[in-house]
Amino acid sequence: MEIAVCVKRVPLVGSTFMLTDDAMAIDTSRIGATLSPHEENAVEAAVRLIEVHGGSITLFSVGSAQAEEQLREQLAIGADRAVLIETEGTEIDSQATAAVLAQAIDQDATDFDLVLLGTESADSGGYQTGIRIAHALGRPVVTNVKGLDITDNKATCERAVGAIREVYEVQLPAVISVLDGLNIPRYPSVPGRIKARKKPVDRLSITIPEPTTIRTSLRVPQSADKGAINLGSGQQGAKALVEVFKQIGVM
Amino acid sequence: MILVYADHDRGVIEPLTFQALTFARDIDPDVHAVLIGGSSAGLNASTAAAELGEYGAQVVHIAGLSDYSDYAPLAAARALVTLLGSTGAQALIAASSPRGNEVLAHVAAITDRPFVADCYSIAIGAPHKIVRARWAGNLHEEVDVDAEAADVLIATVFPHITEATTAPAAGAITEFTAAVSQDDLAVQVINRVGASTGGVTLPEAKVIVSGGRGMGGPDGFGILESIAAALGGTVGCTRVVTSAGWRPHSEQVGQTGTKVAPDLYLACGISGATQHLAGCKNSKTLVAINTDPDATIMNHADYIIVGDVNQVLPMVLQEIQDAKS
Ligand SMILES: Cc1cc2nc3c(=O)[nH]c(=O)nc-3n(C[C@H](O)[C@H](O)[C@H](O)COP(=O)(O)OP(=O)(O)OC[C@H]3O[C@@H](n4cnc5c(N)ncnc54)[C@H](O)[C@@H]3O)c2cc1C
Ligand SMILES: Nc1ncnc2c1ncn2[C@@H]1O[C@H](COP(=O)(O)O)[C@@H](O)[C@H]1O
Repeated sequence: MEIAVCVKRVPLVGSTFMLTDDAMAIDTSRIGATLSPHEENAVEAAVRLIEVHGGSITLFSVGSAQAEEQLREQLAIGADRAVLIETEGTEIDSQATAAVLAQAIDQDATDFDLVLLGTESADSGGYQTGIRIAHALGRPVVTNVKGLDITDNKATCERAVGAIREVYEVQLPAVISVLDGLNIPRYPSVPGRIKARKKPVDRLSITIPEPTTIRTSLRVPQSADKGAINLGSGQQGAKALVEVFKQIGVM
Repeated sequence: MILVYADHDRGVIEPLTFQALTFARDIDPDVHAVLIGGSSAGLNASTAAAELGEYGAQVVHIAGLSDYSDYAPLAAARALVTLLGSTGAQALIAASSPRGNEVLAHVAAITDRPFVADCYSIAIGAPHKIVRARWAGNLHEEVDVDAEAADVLIATVFPHITEATTAPAAGAITEFTAAVSQDDLAVQVINRVGASTGGVTLPEAKVIVSGGRGMGGPDGFGILESIAAALGGTVGCTRVVTSAGWRPHSEQVGQTGTKVAPDLYLACGISGATQHLAGCKNSKTLVAINTDPDATIMNHADYIIVGDVNQVLPMVLQEIQDAKS
């Protein structure tokens, strides 16, 4: 089974967002980077599928040269090669991203049975890249997937709705976008990291379509510092807390 | 005129749709709603149309597709594309629910238009001026959307920014037919599994007792379960906890977990990362218990206890039990 996984490098934001002076981006000078969580699950799913069905995994990413860091990390987990479509560093809109990814997947020498993505990216949250790629490639797409099983070229997908799960079935080749919770992603092993150094990260240049959605600024919404009331500690704190429970009507 | 896609599950309208209708009315009072699926999909047309009318839908377009026995995103999108062509709507709006985002993204892909998810405000114009959520609402992004590319603006509304208010309108039913092929129905709900366990689920819980890395391990959650049970609530947790396999992902609160708004959110041993707060900051009362008085969660809490969960929580449980007896 040949699997493509689309992954995106995003800033590793902790307790606060710091913006650049022009308010057009997150100031990443003092923070690291990571993958969107859903995409970690997509890579993990791909690795498990390959373990069962054989085949190979190709990662695709549109982003800055630094995205190689995240690609190497996922190569260490078990992907075989990566394709990086390098941009000048500024993020491009969802419609353009999907067009570029679809073209890269389509023109690749490998015919992919399955394209995996996150349902939404951590930063942009566009909820559309997988669906657009599916349309561009003429394939069916299932989104929000939290349970995945493939037998006889047919994918059975589960999607959580409240306390129950909806089941979808789709014939491969298909596009599937997944959610955190599908699995617990593994950490790269030391031998995995060593192997990853030799795996290819190919650069691909694709003309990026004109954007239709243009950012004019970013803003950190005011978080109400509520000026918390300190209930004290120990037994006294516990007593005061139970008084709060009564006051707000949960007891 | 603005079309609002009314996302429903076997006839039960997604409550966020009423917020989307309220939001759409502010852009243009001429709001129409769309329902996909007939009685075979569990839809009672007149009941559903009356509900949508309550929230301002002048007209309710219904595509009673044969074979649409359950949710099928692409078929729904095809029907919407037909309707956009015949009604001349200036915008297609839905709630930012899993189905709302999915169906509208399909419409955008089919018609090669932009799709703007999770909007806080929309000003139709040239360009369209939109404020939307990034990082699950931890950042607000202002964007200009090209009005030629987006001759019909396709967008979803961020949850809970608009309170759904009624504005009774006719809700007049008109049926329309749409060409939907078997291929469009290839992806469709074919089954539902895992009946409810009977316990309180996270989204509906009035009390959530939530634990983070500070609980120390899976065993640490026993006391949280006891407190949750005593208060008629349920247990939540952070991503660190689910990634370590201490608790199932269904209990994760946050950007990539469940977004909740209970009466009480008791955060125990949780630092308050933005991605966690994205899921719990709408709680009516937030209480944090943490050894670190400077943890971020402390600034977002209404009440705090600075202390070790291993010492404080057993006392809290004891106090609850004493108060009850
Ligand atoms: C794109 C993205 C999406 C994410 N989505 C989510 C999400 O949906 N939900 C989520 O939760 N996280 C999410 N995360 C992860 C998030 O960034 C944090 O890593 C995580 O929320 C931290 O969990 P924590 O508070 O349990 O752990 P920590 O940050 O390690 O905090 C532990 C806290 O426990 C306190 N503590 C330790 N011992 C004790 C004790 N004995 N008594 C009392 N207090 C103690 C410490 O002072 C500390 O404040 C996401 C991350 C990314 C990058
Ligand atoms: N720049 C990118 N490079 C690679 N994959 C991406 C990129 N942007 C989005 N994706 C993929 O598309 C998914 C959905 O993104 P979005 O439509 O932006 O919410 C993500 O979870 C990724 O799997």
